[in-house]
Amino acid sequence: MQHFFDFLKTSVKSWFRGNAYYWIWMCFLGILITSGAVAYWEQLTKGLIVTNMRDQVSWGFYIGQFTFLVGVAAAAVMLVIPAYIYNWKPIKEVVLLGEMLAISAIVMCFLFVTVDIGRPDRVLHLLPFVGSPNFPYSLLAWDVLVLNLYFVLNVVIVVYLLYCAYRGKHYNKKILAPLVLASIPAALAIHTVTAFLYNGVSARPFWNASILAPRFIASAFCSGPAVLLILFQVLRKTNKLKIQDAALTKVAELMAYTMFLNLFLLGAEVFKEFYSNTEHLIHTKVLFSSLFAKTGVHYFMWPAIVADFVAFLIFLVPKTRNNLAMMNIGCLLIFFGVYTEKGMGLVIPGFTPDTLGEIYLYAPSLAEYRISSGVFSVGFLVFTLLVKTAIPLLNQPGTEAEH
Amino acid sequence: MRKFFFYSCLLIVFISYVFCSEPSPVSKVTTEWSPGDVETPAPPLSEGIFPCSGCHEGMPVNPKRRQLRDEHTGIVFEHDSKNRWCLDCHNAANRDKLKLASGALVDFSKSYLLCGQCHGPTFRDWKAGVHGKRAGFWNGKKTYFLCVHCHNPHSPRVKPIVPFPAPEPPKGEPLFFGGQKK
Amino acid sequence: MKEKTVVGDNISRREFLEKSALVAASLCIPTFVGCTKEEAEALLQKHFLELTPTQVEQVLRRMEKENLKKFAKSVKVGTEPAMDKVLFGYGLDISRCIGCRRCVHACVKENNQSRDPEIHWIRVLEFNKEHGIDLPEADPYYCSPNSIHDENSKRVSPHQLTELTAKQKAILEKPESQYPLYHVNSDEDKAEKSACKVPREDHFYIPISCQQCENPPCVKVCPVKATWKEPDGIVVIDYNWCIGCRYCMAACPYGARHFNWAEPKIQAEDINQDMHYLGNRPRPRGVVEKCTFCIQRTRKGRYPACVEVCPVGARKFGNLIDPNSEISYIIKNKRVFILKNELKTRPKFFYFYGL
Repeated sequence: MQHFFDFLKTSVKSWFRGNAYYWIWMCFLGILITSGAVAYWEQLTKGLIVTNMRDQVSWGFYIGQFTFLVGVAAAAVMLVIPAYIYNWKPIKEVVLLGEMLAISAIVMCFLFVTVDIGRPDRVLHLLPFVGSPNFPYSLLAWDVLVLNLYFVLNVVIVVYLLYCAYRGKHYNKKILAPLVLASIPAALAIHTVTAFLYNGVSARPFWNASILAPRFIASAFCSGPAVLLILFQVLRKTNKLKIQDAALTKVAELMAYTMFLNLFLLGAEVFKEFYSNTEHLIHTKVLFSSLFAKTGVHYFMWPAIVADFVAFLIFLVPKTRNNLAMMNIGCLLIFFGVYTEKGMGLVIPGFTPDTLGEIYLYAPSLAEYRISSGVFSVGFLVFTLLVKTAIPLLNQPGTEAEH
Repeated sequence: MRKFFFYSCLLIVFISYVFCSEPSPVSKVTTEWSPGDVETPAPPLSEGIFPCSGCHEGMPVNPKRRQLRDEHTGIVFEHDSKNRWCLDCHNAANRDKLKLASGALVDFSKSYLLCGQCHGPTFRDWKAGVHGKRAGFWNGKKTYFLCVHCHNPHSPRVKPIVPFPAPEPPKGEPLFFGGQKK
Repeated sequence: MKEKTVVGDNISRREFLEKSALVAASLCIPTFVGCTKEEAEALLQKHFLELTPTQVEQVLRRMEKENLKKFAKSVKVGTEPAMDKVLFGYGLDISRCIGCRRCVHACVKENNQSRDPEIHWIRVLEFNKEHGIDLPEADPYYCSPNSIHDENSKRVSPHQLTELTAKQKAILEKPESQYPLYHVNSDEDKAEKSACKVPREDHFYIPISCQQCENPPCVKVCPVKATWKEPDGIVVIDYNWCIGCRYCMAACPYGARHFNWAEPKIQAEDINQDMHYLGNRPRPRGVVEKCTFCIQRTRKGRYPACVEVCPVGARKFGNLIDPNSEISYIIKNKRVFILKNELKTRPKFFYFYGL
């Protein structure tokens, strides 16, 4: 117990040690978090009217970010699968960082849901015994369950590994292996449940397609690793973390396959809507062209599709994949593409036009941008602090974090 | 012999069933339909116009179809005006009553019987409470509004009216990229 | 193997527990600081269906006190339960509806809806007779400057915009004052020859509000069971339990659910004092609301406000189980249809063509 407190104390102490870049970064995050908190206070007192969501488009920027981040959280841990299949030593060292990214993403997911609901003071109503969660019918109740489970799982794994590294002991495989193995279906579960959340809504034909859950998984598998690849390179430079190029390019190769799947599923969806040409086509049209009320989503969607294609080609061709600069460009393109596709490109067309045919042009307000940037900053803060804790421990000679 | 009696009794029973189970044909016109446990408010007659016999008592009756020039000139008659005129519905002898096709007289408070002669299906629906206005209690006493509460009997088509205010469209303050502005 | 030196004092388990308890308690203080006793009670209130009768009484008394304080009006909040052997059904005759929107505003008045921001539980859609029920072409803003149809629909008189005129308010106060209908606009007619009037030629009207489905998608998706279907068929919301996640609004195919994006504003003189806990009591900010078939009226045998005010008798209401009710007659004798049939929500709101 004593050692555990020492471990915590040491970790907290390490958060206050850093170079100039670290402190500039922390100040930057601090400013955004404060701005977000102030904007959130305004939202709490005035109500959600400070956002641009209205009855016609009742979910917007916050839920779009939530959906995208659940994908990132799921995918960050999905790298564990190839680690075991390929038994690849280089990949294993990045899994810990993947799980830390997952924790940060889940924290952001929780925060985005909290800022989105109208009565955050009643959030306890979601918990069993204290509240009345609607099992098994409501997908949101399921989402609360699996997200919390996944979060706890990841926290336990990360804390356990870091604590073992701190003590200089080797981790106990009997404890860790089941937890890590459990995190794989948990990762799949969180994203599938989030997809079913949209999928099950028969009132919104844009979402009520069976292809939605596979599309979510495929796009998650692209965007999560994309974030990781960039992060690892940053950490490699700033913290002297030992990650081999081979690990990065292997991940990139996997991303090529998942991006192909993502594009194939997107193509299938587009074919069905345009060929069958029912009234439901109007929602897909919002993505690709301007409807009579001059919607603006297509300004983002077309670049996103192009970005997806280009990234796919970059990752497919070994020459471009192995070139780190090109790979980074590919990662940014994929991030942009999937972020658009799964964020605003999912939520807005579902509500435009609404169930009675009305078109309300939704675009986020200043308050939404401020609060969202605050939440993102909290996520980055969590990740930075976790990394700050982990790096000194991982870099100790003779204490490699192994799975 | 017994068989003959048995079968003739059966025949008599059968004949009486066929011919006597029908209710006896109505010898007089049933003008009364009581709405039962409902009330109908008084007909919306113009002020001072009733009782009509106030003016028409003793006035000679002119049954010729014509455009009225001396009185009741404000009435615009658009109710099958090609085939009908005033005295097809108003009783010439006693202006305080309306007259049915059978010759029976009804009060103005029961004018639905007159309307129901031509507008049968509508009358049937009105009796069930499905056409026209009903107020009161869904599980208790109801008020039926008369045909003439909604339809001017001389110009029955309901005219367009000014509607109540429309809803306000949703407005927001988007920061970038279009969006519905205030 | 490096051993980390112990920095700082040895903390005993007891001290640790004490300190964490202190920290946890101090974190709770901000939650309750600035809370009145009523607000704290409201926060800790259980789900409506789990309250004991005494607790229900306490809640109602608290509500009446709050409303008295807020509006300086004594109100009566009831919790009439569903009647036995009653399943409410609604009929709407689209051959009769003229799109006058009296139902919309009668509902606003009866159910204490927020005037600013404006919430309407009923939405009247104008369709073109040539194209039939084509939702993307439907116009809820006819006869206003925001109309999406033609220019004639945008031509309105000044008083048609947002405020109700004295005459319109009188109609809502006493619906029977509308009769006879053909005298209604004789004065206004002269003043507004070119104003937009309904029904507009070549158009028909369909008002839409909560369909009180037998298989409600909103009830299915609510994560906290804040909305449920009562035995008499009305889908209700416990406004003190809703967390405002708006999943039900995404799930409703009829756009019938509305959210309190800001603190609802009603003038004290507009308050309807006869309230039901699950119906028309003033709602707080951040929760969802919708038509409840005027639960405060219908459970006492009265017609909903929209039925009472409709000038042409296009709205019919009754007990589906009673074979002698108007609604049973309609289903038996008229050709009824429901909206979005293929979604199998099984609404209890039946549209029919009466002619």
